[in-house]
Amino acid sequence: MPTVTVIDYGIGNLMSVARAFEHCGASIELTDDPRKVEEADYLVLPGVGAFADGMAGLAERGLIDSIKAFADKERPFLGICLGMQMMLDESEEFGANDGLGLIPGKVVAIPSTGSDGTPHKIPHIGWNEITAPECTSWGNTILHDTLDRTPFYFVHSFSAVPEYQHHRLADCLYNGALISAAIRNNNMYGCQFHPEKSGKAGLQIIQSFLSKV
Amino acid sequence: MASNIRIISRLDIKGPNLIKGIHLEGLRKLGDPNQFAKEYYEQGIDEIIYLDIVASLYERSSLLSIVRRTTQDVFIPITVGGGIRSVDDAREILRVGADKVAVNTAAVKRPELVHEISQKFGAQCMVLSIEAKRTAPGKWEVYYDNGREKTGVDVLEWAQRGCELGAGEILLTSVDMEGTGRGFDCELTSAVSRLVPIPVIASGGLGTVDDFEQVVKVGQADAVAVAGALHYKKLNVWDIRNEALRRGIHVRKEVPCQQ
Repeated sequence: MPTVTVIDYGIGNLMSVARAFEHCGASIELTDDPRKVEEADYLVLPGVGAFADGMAGLAERGLIDSIKAFADKERPFLGICLGMQMMLDESEEFGANDGLGLIPGKVVAIPSTGSDGTPHKIPHIGWNEITAPECTSWGNTILHDTLDRTPFYFVHSFSAVPEYQHHRLADCLYNGALISAAIRNNNMYGCQFHPEKSGKAGLQIIQSFLSKV
Repeated sequence: MASNIRIISRLDIKGPNLIKGIHLEGLRKLGDPNQFAKEYYEQGIDEIIYLDIVASLYERSSLLSIVRRTTQDVFIPITVGGGIRSVDDAREILRVGADKVAVNTAAVKRPELVHEISQKFGAQCMVLSIEAKRTAPGKWEVYYDNGREKTGVDVLEWAQRGCELGAGEILLTSVDMEGTGRGFDCELTSAVSRLVPIPVIASGGLGTVDDFEQVVKVGQADAVAVAGALHYKKLNVWDIRNEALRRGIHVRKEVPCQQ
């Protein structure tokens, strides 16, 4: 049974993430201990809320360097929602804030109108279909068993913009506005959507993640 | 494309039981809420809302235990409301596995609570629940305590204010239509949905798929709550989803997966 270390940094609801991984056969270790984070087999960074609060929560617990050290080992890492956004270099949410810098790029506000200029609702809440960007294959990734155009549950007001095309794993469109739905750099994955809240399709992604060694 | 219109099952709770009334009154016990939630999850519901309609401190433990049990085998967003009066109450609900909290009475009495919860846990977590009763053409008044207490506050003003205070969604219940199965107050839904920049969940009145279509197309609802029609098995989630798709409404299309 794989042990998945979930970073508990005082923000958001870790329970649903823990329950979904347990349902997929993992045993869960919730921790804010930098040493345990660095030595994890599988590391998950969940999170909801504001970017600056999230980074402050990690910094207060001395977790930023241990996450970076973990990342260097090329073991499986999954950032979910705010956890994915924090993988990038910086965010413009309420002023500029530094991120973890695991994947080059930044986090910006979702455009307040769709591509036709009509205002739309923010946050982007609900089930939206993800697709592979051009020239991107989901083979041998956590989306290996996911069909193109499968809907997942999103809830966010900001959106990651990776600097390099090859880090984009999946996109979705919100009224024509391009949203990075999943990103990847080697064994490091980020999902803007919530696999733990996306029914069976989401559990399947967790299964695929757990089969990565 | 836009986000899909969400189909949400609303489960009103009293003690350990799922209940249903008319105009939020005349309550009938229907059974174990966990079984209903699990069944709707299997049918592909998009979200679940639990509202404890009594929400006395005495019965809080049974709400917490319902939520805890649900999150063990239901992997979709769960909103929980009823009796949340403070940031600590919200934290307790989130800690047992809820994703969002719905606040009604306490927000009416002390609007700053909306701001406090939104600041602490994020706007995505803070659902402002509004009970609206029509008082004149194009006018609605905010009620609380399940449509029993009036406030004198105008629904549109309150929706706007709630938004400014940091609500991430509005659960908008028409007290007039609730439990009737005779369709939504689409004028109400549309007035609020066009006013605020955040998603609006229409609640109260769904009896047929026609009502669903109306509240999306005319009412401009971003999400639709279904209660009695599902609980009494007049409709199931597949019926609503497939019929909505056939009528050109964007709802989540189920894609096969191996799980």
